[in-house]
Amino acid sequence: MAFNHRRMIAITRKEFIQILRDKRSLVLAFVLPVFMLLMFGYAITWDVRDIATVVADQDHTASSREFIDAFAASGYFHMKGRIATAADAPPLFDRGAAKLALVIPPGFERDLTHGHGAPVQALVDGADANTATIVLAYVRSTAQTFAQRVVLQGRTMPVPIVTESRVWYNEELASRNMIVPGLVATIMMIISAMLTSLTIAREWERGTMEQLAATPVSRYEVVLGKLIPYLAIGFLDVTITSLMGVFVFGVPFRGDVGLLAGLTFLFLVGAMGLGIFVSAVARTQLVATQLAMLVTYLPAFLLSGFMYSLDVMPRALRLISFLFPARYFLVVTRGIFLKGVGIEVLWLQAFFMVVFATIGLLLAVRAFHKDLD
Amino acid sequence: MREKLERIAGLVRKEFKQLFRDERMRRMIFVSPILQLIIFGYAVSTDVRRVSLFVVDHDHTQASRALVDALTAGDYFRVVGRSDRTSDIADALDHGHATAALQIPPHYARDLQTAVSRGFQGGEGAHVQLVVDGTNSNVATIALGYAEQIIRTHGLGQLGVTITPPVDLRERAWFNPALVSRNYNIPAVIGTIMLMMSLMLTSLAVVRERELGTLEQLMVSPLTPGELIAGKTIPFGIIALFDLVVITAVALAWFHIPFLGQAPLLMLAAFLFLLSALGMGLLISTVSNTQQEAFLTTFFTMLPVMMLSGFMFPVTSMPKAFQWFTLLNPLRHYLEIVRAVFLKGAGFTALWPQFATLAGVGIAVVSIAASRFHKTVQ
Repeated sequence: MAFNHRRMIAITRKEFIQILRDKRSLVLAFVLPVFMLLMFGYAITWDVRDIATVVADQDHTASSREFIDAFAASGYFHMKGRIATAADAPPLFDRGAAKLALVIPPGFERDLTHGHGAPVQALVDGADANTATIVLAYVRSTAQTFAQRVVLQGRTMPVPIVTESRVWYNEELASRNMIVPGLVATIMMIISAMLTSLTIAREWERGTMEQLAATPVSRYEVVLGKLIPYLAIGFLDVTITSLMGVFVFGVPFRGDVGLLAGLTFLFLVGAMGLGIFVSAVARTQLVATQLAMLVTYLPAFLLSGFMYSLDVMPRALRLISFLFPARYFLVVTRGIFLKGVGIEVLWLQAFFMVVFATIGLLLAVRAFHKDLD
Repeated sequence: MREKLERIAGLVRKEFKQLFRDERMRRMIFVSPILQLIIFGYAVSTDVRRVSLFVVDHDHTQASRALVDALTAGDYFRVVGRSDRTSDIADALDHGHATAALQIPPHYARDLQTAVSRGFQGGEGAHVQLVVDGTNSNVATIALGYAEQIIRTHGLGQLGVTITPPVDLRERAWFNPALVSRNYNIPAVIGTIMLMMSLMLTSLAVVRERELGTLEQLMVSPLTPGELIAGKTIPFGIIALFDLVVITAVALAWFHIPFLGQAPLLMLAAFLFLLSALGMGLLISTVSNTQQEAFLTTFFTMLPVMMLSGFMFPVTSMPKAFQWFTLLNPLRHYLEIVRAVFLKGAGFTALWPQFATLAGVGIAVVSIAASRFHKTVQ
């Protein structure tokens, strides 16, 4: 049967009417992304600030106080009080009352002025390795700054090599700049699958599939017809969330709007194709939802590079991550928002998304075909 | 009483039959949690290792090569490209081929030599430029710290005499000496997988009966609403508890996560957590008429529960209002307990506030769900 765009449009209209009638889906489709972005944009951060710090000052000298003041003044540490010995720290870690304990042993000032290398102990709650690593980085740099100021017998520490460090793309190192464009991608991945994964399973369970099968529409027309209204919704969602990212959260937007629009389109076709495929394979809504959750929810967050860098994952897992389109779109949103790169950099992601969209659509059509037979 | 139990048992049997009839459902319940744990267990690492480094060396001397060698000697950096042109740095970082770039200017060796000959007379020596891709702010912060420290140490090493730094910082990470992030994150993956599964199964199971019209049949049966709730949730409770035990065992065996605490404590936490999860599922089923509505509502609930649990983003970094809000989140308490039991070997005395809150949330959710369920059934 030849492809007929009028029949496809008829399906699209039917689907549109169905969506408009289903108030909850409609509200969720538009309110959810906005709500999520607002909530998470404000609530979640990876910035390590106000590190709860306790100090055991066993030296009680001007130098030890100066050392502690250097920490208090750095802006990273929140001085929570004093402890007597290092042994007091672990119970505080247990209760979550402190993250860091500095122990300045007696003789600190003496060792410092004689150039013996005054020992200082830094105990950190290591359970959350990520936070602990950053805490230690701040401790090191604060101690280093302090040490640099110390004048030993009339001379300071020499610095044979000076490192001039610069940070690109996210100059103030704010985790929000990484999280918000990431959220646009992950939320859209989840919404796309959520919206489309039930479209076909529902028809099966309600018995309307036979009716659909009895009408003279081809499977291409059905799949595309069902896709179009969701594409429109998804497109609007990306527009709204991107605008919010820029105007509400002040995330820089350095790239090209047109490019973002084009790649968004590719991404949505792929992600929604995947949803329709799941729906066609599952046949029952219960199985469809479980499947959709499985292939979108955690992969969107954990295998996309949203939080966990793909570079450090085992090779096998990096290969698996190519199966989830959120991975490509995340590179796109971060690239366009923060780096301001164009197609000359993103062509590979675009290529993968085209492949994904094509395969997704073909699979959806195929799976749908089998059902009708 | 005996009849009551028999009626509940009958419903439980029916529920089990219905679930296990579908082979895909069987796989989803027993295989997929394990598979997910193994896949995501490998994913959830925030360790900063083998950072990709692009090197632009304008100096081409033994000294400049020695600096690069010093950076790559540990496990922290690996060189992914070299060039003579400064502009290639932008290219490498734009494409994401490299996360950091080091530029060594011409005359590096000469400047370093001057600084070394001045020795302790102070003053600055050779300059190098370090550029870091700040997109992932955490990786950038940590990579910067590593690089600056390695370069500083390397520079001091060139002086030819051993120098005692004025402050000798001795670091020690408690609970997790090697700072392996996976140990902290895998318990969170377990909690999230289980929450997703139990929430979805419970919420859909009830709504499905309503949608298919079989709920009326159940209602005209001699089952009381209380029995109906019990019969509907017990099977999922059993399945979820079983799954939870299995994937926790897999996590311990496969990923070698240290387990310092007591197993019974973990079981109690699992039980209370599942109580909340099943209650939430039941609550969702009372506000949904169709499976689609239940599904959407579950989706809508899962996101904030997961994001505001401390799984990926520490609760203590959230604004105060959100921190209060997360007290209602069973996943948050469960994660705190599980992480503390796993890594800190914490006992009940340290964790009783979490247990109490988790129990409180669970009982509250189940009671609200039950009373709403009564109303919808009658």
